[in-house]
Amino acid sequence: MKRPSACDVLVVGAGPAGLAAATALRKQGVDHVHLIDRECESGGIPRHCFHTGFGLFDLRRVLSGPSYASAHTKRALDAGSTIETECTAIDWNLENLSHTVTVTSPEGVREIAARAVLLATGCRERPRTARRIPGTRPTGVYTTGSLQQLVHVHHQKPGTLAAVVGAEHVSYSAILTLLESGVSVAAMVTEFPRSQTYGPAHWWIAGRNRIPLLTNSTVKRVIGKDRVSGIEVHNHVGERTVECDTIVFTGDWIPDHEFCRTANVQLNLHTKGPDVDQALRTLTPGIFACGNLLRGAETADVASLEGTHAARSIADYLSDQKLWPAEDQYTHVEVRDPVQWISPCRVTIDGQAPARARFTFRVSSVLPPGNVVVLQSNRTLYKRSFRSLIPNRWYTLAWGRWASLVRPDEPLTVEFQAF
Amino acid sequence: MSSNCSGAPRFDVAVIGGGVVGCAIARTLSHYRLDACLIEAQADVGMGTSKANTAIFHTGFDAAPESLEATLLRKSYPLLRKYCDATGIAYQINGALMIAWNQEQLDRLPEIEDNAQRNGVDRIERQSAEEVYAREPNIGPGALGGLLIREEGILCPFSPVLAFASEAKSNGVRFYLDAPVRTIRREPDTYRIESGGQEISTTWIVNAAGLFSDEIDRLLGQNRFRITPRKGELIVYDKFASSLLHHTLLPIPSAKTKGVLVCPTVYGNVLLGPTAEDIDDKMDTETSVTGLESLFEKGKAILPGLMSEEITSTYAGIRAATNEKDYQIHIDGGDHYACVGGIRSTGLSASMGIAEYVVEKMACSGLNLRKKSEIEPIKVPPLGENQLRPYRNNDLIRLNADYGRIVCHCEKVTRGELIDTFLTELPPPNLDGLRRRTRCLQGRCQGFYCQAEVVALLRGQD
Repeated sequence: MKRPSACDVLVVGAGPAGLAAATALRKQGVDHVHLIDRECESGGIPRHCFHTGFGLFDLRRVLSGPSYASAHTKRALDAGSTIETECTAIDWNLENLSHTVTVTSPEGVREIAARAVLLATGCRERPRTARRIPGTRPTGVYTTGSLQQLVHVHHQKPGTLAAVVGAEHVSYSAILTLLESGVSVAAMVTEFPRSQTYGPAHWWIAGRNRIPLLTNSTVKRVIGKDRVSGIEVHNHVGERTVECDTIVFTGDWIPDHEFCRTANVQLNLHTKGPDVDQALRTLTPGIFACGNLLRGAETADVASLEGTHAARSIADYLSDQKLWPAEDQYTHVEVRDPVQWISPCRVTIDGQAPARARFTFRVSSVLPPGNVVVLQSNRTLYKRSFRSLIPNRWYTLAWGRWASLVRPDEPLTVEFQAF
Repeated sequence: MSSNCSGAPRFDVAVIGGGVVGCAIARTLSHYRLDACLIEAQADVGMGTSKANTAIFHTGFDAAPESLEATLLRKSYPLLRKYCDATGIAYQINGALMIAWNQEQLDRLPEIEDNAQRNGVDRIERQSAEEVYAREPNIGPGALGGLLIREEGILCPFSPVLAFASEAKSNGVRFYLDAPVRTIRREPDTYRIESGGQEISTTWIVNAAGLFSDEIDRLLGQNRFRITPRKGELIVYDKFASSLLHHTLLPIPSAKTKGVLVCPTVYGNVLLGPTAEDIDDKMDTETSVTGLESLFEKGKAILPGLMSEEITSTYAGIRAATNEKDYQIHIDGGDHYACVGGIRSTGLSASMGIAEYVVEKMACSGLNLRKKSEIEPIKVPPLGENQLRPYRNNDLIRLNADYGRIVCHCEKVTRGELIDTFLTELPPPNLDGLRRRTRCLQGRCQGFYCQAEVVALLRGQD
């Protein structure tokens, strides 16, 4: 593998989003597209997800995680981009619109100059400590990510009886991993009044296996001296102890934005990812961002389609060296609780549509039927009605003619109005 | 080391307790021509109070004047700084800013300043409210003034213990790990210690058993003090919080505790804590809802920006407080027994002073000290944010590509560093030991990415 010191586009992170972007960039005639990834292998998180269901929207096939990861790697390589693994970006320098990224690798520390940079560093689950859960610090505490690596990559059995914290899509994937490796599941615990996945999935994975779902419940304490012996769960009725020797903290995603912060790329307060417009431009000229870095985990195919979308914007930027939108050419999109975040979180006036011509958003509590509305100076620009809204699920607002009414002088607001 | 007729190993000095104090004493002893051993109940050194503290490099400015604590902190400060420079232990003299948040606290500043001067800490300056905000613009509203103590610092809390222990071991001190002391029998001129299933004979005993020093004292027929364990819960914030502050932000101390502080760490994180709770169980290192909530409340007032930063970890440590005010150091020369107990919050900073003091006193009581002609020096791996870490060190990576292979991405710990630890004098006995030696798994993801790989590396060494 060649280790270049300059390229047209440097893609940081070779997961589904970065790989799809590299493939698309090459297809659009960008000469030198170089991907770096800190892991030993490209492909990102799907490499450790051995269940099926990957690729529906982007590759139009259904694959297992590892096959999906290698399919994307192959496409990026076939398209003529280069991939450098075991390579970590550590520093950043911007001068006259030319970016220099310092990287470290087994070959040493070096600089890579790039005309544009695409950040696709993904996201991670918040560990137990970041969720502020007190108690002892025994072994046997995992996140879905560390669990899947332990089971699928290192072929270890994590324990015998587990408690799963969270009841969103990924929580069920953690349960599948546990059951496959011979671990029973004592309970699922969620702070919300219901499971956040689809009914049939809940039944197939939890109901059928008689795994109780403790709703409206929070974990208040981890118990156990050397090894986990249980968790203390509180709800409105009282508290109870769930005995287990393994705890898996699932979901509660946070974008892996550390390199953004190193590079002083402006973040959005709500998504905790970089502040991007519908062309996936950050507020720093020449830097784009895509995938789960933008706002935490969506499915891999959604992330990869965002990569493809970013590639189009980057190709445009490189071909006409278009100026970056100035401050009077965009407006921010603010959210009001219970809308948790919206992505993209900035609208450039007269710009193109966002990826898949949609905004995506999430809510922070289970909501009754109502409208989600886009407002500017008390003018309703757009509304969409929902029969129900459930946290940790993905909802969209369509980009349409209303977008042409957006003015740059005041922020847009997205809020929920019950019927 | 020699053996007597029953086959039990025989030493001139046995140090009981492998915390920072015991290891510092063992290190000092290892510079002399004598047979010494260190006996530790746990599988690794530095497992008690030494592994969970605030990692402050104390000057002793606020210690009670004329106390042993004040004297030994003053004695230790230059020794420890020199040792850190020589071995590569990460530290920074960032200065402490003691902030008064109300009139009552403001009125106490002259008294604290006077106390510092009596303890020989003179680089200390009164600060007006404007000066406080100029130094720390991100602190919360309401600061009325403060004191700047320039010589206060922060250091890596794990490296000193490991450096002392490794140096002691490579200079001939025998280590008994996983060896809790069960009984001590007194015979003329000899102690027989039953520990971890074997018997050790020794002329001198040094009791540096930390939280358990009162129990060892009682095993030796004394009853001079009682450990009243005091739990402190702490929160470590993500590295990006470090831009919020420069100094160690100290509260005005109360009679019971130094109070809740906010400080940077040498690794680039921000630390908030500790709480102070008197407990019964010496091993109760559990964090609690009330403890963490009280820290959030205090942290919010001191440094509001901290509240929107991610938490990297929370933990609790136990200080070996006693019913007495000062350190409990007693040298019973006739009995060949040195009791070094009740070393409270300041043990890390005072460790080298304590070791010199104790060994000198033992010499006065007849321990024969002849300096060795050559002493093996020690180097510790650079773990500090202000040091050249291997992943940034091109010369090192060219020598061995494993220094360019990052395994723990949050803390940027390379495969080369992990492998190196297994080849040291005191290799990590478990995952926890590996964490403290290299910082792997100590970062913001707490193992989301690398836990499985690190565990596999550790298993590969078995």
